Amino acid sequence: MGQLPPHLELQRSRVSCNKDAPIHTESIQYSGAYASMGIDNSSRLDRFSNNFRVEVVRLNEDDMEFDMIGIDAAIANSFRRILIAELPTMAIEKVLIANNTSIIQDEVLAHRLGLVPIRVDPRLFLAIVENDQPNEKNTIVFKLHVQCKRGSPRITVKSDALKWLPNGSELVKETRNATSDSSSKPETYTYFCCSQETIPEFVKNPIIPKYPDIIIAKLGPGQEIELEAYAVKGIRKTHAKWSPVATAWYRMLPEVVLLEDIEDDLAEELKSKCPVNLFDIEDLGKGRRATVARPRACTLCRECIRGDDWEKRVALHRVKDHFIFTIESTGALPPEVLFTEAVKILEDKCERMITELS
Amino acid sequence: MAFLEIGLKETIEHGSFTDNSPATFSLTDEDHTIANVVRFTLNQDPRVTFCGYSIPHPLEARVNIIVQTTGDPAREVLKDACQNLMLMCRHVRCTFDKAVEDFKASNVVKAMKIDSQDSSGDDSEESE
Repeated sequence: MGQLPPHLELQRSRVSCNKDAPIHTESIQYSGAYASMGIDNSSRLDRFSNNFRVEVVRLNEDDMEFDMIGIDAAIANSFRRILIAELPTMAIEKVLIANNTSIIQDEVLAHRLGLVPIRVDPRLFLAIVENDQPNEKNTIVFKLHVQCKRGSPRITVKSDALKWLPNGSELVKETRNATSDSSSKPETYTYFCCSQETIPEFVKNPIIPKYPDIIIAKLGPGQEIELEAYAVKGIRKTHAKWSPVATAWYRMLPEVVLLEDIEDDLAEELKSKCPVNLFDIEDLGKGRRATVARPRACTLCRECIRGDDWEKRVALHRVKDHFIFTIESTGALPPEVLFTEAVKILEDKCERMITELS
Repeated sequence: MAFLEIGLKETIEHGSFTDNSPATFSLTDEDHTIANVVRFTLNQDPRVTFCGYSIPHPLEARVNIIVQTTGDPAREVLKDACQNLMLMCRHVRCTFDKAVEDFKASNVVKAMKIDSQDSSGDDSEESE
């Protein structure tokens, strides 16, 4: 396979960020784009497998940053869209309010409860379908009962007041049927067959909100809130409360190229221009020369090419197939698991398309 | 795995009975997420002369994917593209998992090195 001439290679693999606007931003995907030169632009699977690399830069409990090299923007964007919109999570959906004498209205309180992130692995639960009854496989029940006694100062209701009920709802349904069999268990709003505590994952990690200090409401003396909240599985397409990530984004790797040797005074000027300190001055015997030390930190502010003649000396590019991904999780799942699940969802979508086409 | 279905998914192929190399596939309940990637994978296939996707109306979750090939039936080419995409995803997943494992392992080694700063000896067999 031949090589493209350098100017075409630059056009194919880099976005040139000029002073006024970036050019060559679209990726040249067509397999026969360079057919007249005898070069095959199609990316066959073997070539992709050989060239693709992942490098993890930072991995914490809640966020991670990693590099994906050798992939196209279309796939990276799909992963980003799935991470944001189509990964299932658990969030409070139904709130049964028994008593609310606070100044926060019922619906406002319910809305705030829905936005509280819950620390639980959503893969352990099934999605609840329309006519399903809430049972231990598809619902999590929380209880909130706070009271501010007369004479005591105002209290703030924080999210750690939400208590998990592993045995299901405690509110009893009113049944008109007096002749029904007097079973020992009165009918409640959920139909739990067994306690959720028996599931091994929950023995070690009881289900609680991820952050215990989210303010839900404030109570004055004599006010009380008593409610039960049911959390179900959903995706962010339906409502933003089911978002598994605070956000997920990517940027292409910036590349700063010095087109000619920049020495002495010009080098000092270049170093002082850059707000993120990309450039370093190295001392040669007879003078000083500027070098690019940290291209990854470049924010493309274009300060280095502002002014006369600087565009001839410094060129700013972005590498089209090198993506710096950052994922910030809300806490349900660790970020590396989130990414793996997102890739699995893309695979499932493809599989569904294949089955529908056959 | 329980899937969260919003609405009924279906795929309609608009084409001709005589010539099955150009066709338009209309997918319900899909959006740019799958369409852009499929279009990219289709472009990489040398049998494809033209491909594209469009969303007829932003409020309706429907995507039209157009494929024109050099003679092969469009449906087969689309299926092959989806297969390739699945294999690529699997490869991405494996590479990613391995990179995360390596990173965690190297972090453990670094922590061990900081702990055992006094004790001499090279415990750096697992250098990355």
